[in-house]
Amino acid sequence: MAILEVSNIHKSFGKTEVLKGISFSLEKGNVLSIIGSSGSGKTTLLRCINFLETADVGRITVDGDVIFDSDTQAKLSAKEKRDKQLKIGLVFQQFNLFPQYNVLDNVTLAPRLRAKELPDYKKNKKQIIAEIEEKAKALLAKMGLSDKLENYPCELSGGQQQRVSIARAMALEPKILFFDEPTSALDPELTGEILKVIRELAEEHMTMVIVTHEMSFAKDVSDHIVFMDQGVIAEEGRADEVFDNPQSERLKAFLNNINT
Amino acid sequence: MSQFFQQFPTVFAALNVGFFQTLKLFFCTLLGALPLGLIISFGSMSKFKPLSAVTRVFVWIVRGTPLMIQLLIIFFFPGLVWGNPIWGGGESGRFAAATVAFIINYACYFSEIYRGGIQSIPVGQHEASQVLGLTKSQTFFRVVLLQVIKRIVPPMSNEIITLVKDTSLARIIALQEIIWAGQSFMKGSHGIAGQIWPLFFTGVYYLLFSGILTLLFNKLEKKLSYFKV
Repeated sequence: MAILEVSNIHKSFGKTEVLKGISFSLEKGNVLSIIGSSGSGKTTLLRCINFLETADVGRITVDGDVIFDSDTQAKLSAKEKRDKQLKIGLVFQQFNLFPQYNVLDNVTLAPRLRAKELPDYKKNKKQIIAEIEEKAKALLAKMGLSDKLENYPCELSGGQQQRVSIARAMALEPKILFFDEPTSALDPELTGEILKVIRELAEEHMTMVIVTHEMSFAKDVSDHIVFMDQGVIAEEGRADEVFDNPQSERLKAFLNNINT
Repeated sequence: MSQFFQQFPTVFAALNVGFFQTLKLFFCTLLGALPLGLIISFGSMSKFKPLSAVTRVFVWIVRGTPLMIQLLIIFFFPGLVWGNPIWGGGESGRFAAATVAFIINYACYFSEIYRGGIQSIPVGQHEASQVLGLTKSQTFFRVVLLQVIKRIVPPMSNEIITLVKDTSLARIIALQEIIWAGQSFMKGSHGIAGQIWPLFFTGVYYLLFSGILTLLFNKLEKKLSYFKV
């Protein structure tokens, strides 16, 4: 069964319909890349799935749980929305680290605040916090940042900041990790280190959805490609098929433009 | 010269009493205006249009008219127009009226500084907090607030140093602050009359106090320099 099912997402800003009925699904452990030119709606789609925008119509299911349904969304409490939202994580283009916290605190802040809602928090506070920190340190070690725990974001390179933000998103153990153009704010030489991290996560079968302009990377790392154009999915399929044997004229034109 | 040394202890003691009143007004104003300003800034940023409109008109009026007029109105209006002099005639009544006027006036200035600070925080900070499951209040207190404080320290220190000197406006309703104390030696007080140097000497108090505040704010700015916003 698919871990992510997105069905019939519509979103308009004023009179402009940005998403005109988007449906796709993703298998557990797979990587899906969303490609398309600027203005095709891919970032809006990502923002709708991550609750940063509210879709006008549509339904999103993660691991069998409905996390969004346009018919019932208004009835949910803020807490219910937060709980649903935490099934997925998001890595931003601009990192959006918290500047006043060091690397470790950036990663542990959300889990610590979340742990306060546990019934046994007061009793086992020390142990709970220690566990959160252990986990954060392990994640940061995986990101190659063990020597930066005490550093503040302003002391890190863009690539390091983005790796912190990946660790921060993973600290809440989302079932799916979303990336919004994770390398677009980075120098070309720093892009490689982020792509390497994502590739490693893919090898560990982390389920991921990546909005990207890095075509060769998308082809290389993805199981599935969704090509968006003017608010619809113009073509989708296995990565090698989509890139090597595009069917639609629009995708052919898009790939041609990129290669020249 | 010997007359100066003779008068100095008397004047110094009287000025200290006046300066104590000045300090009291200063700290009471901060105590009220710092939080009230935050409430006003939330009002002016409210998505509920009537509230933000009313708040902004209020801020416009308070910032657009002299504090001296506001002092006079707040002090005299209840007695002269309502026939109900709620402040009473004594020093404590004058102090209460002055404090209310200063709190309202400074809260409006602070609210605009807060608003500028809050709105300058990148939307990405709110979005990151949201996708990490932070509540609205956790986002404000754990993520946004310290960044806002860092941004508003320079304009706030400016405004607070202005407040030190603005307290002298309370002289207009005869609050016995330091200017009043200094002036009293011109017409005669404690057996000293026709002296203008005590009034000049009050400047030393203002200078020293604003100097101390400047140092404190510099220290705070340094303390917050470990991160960049």
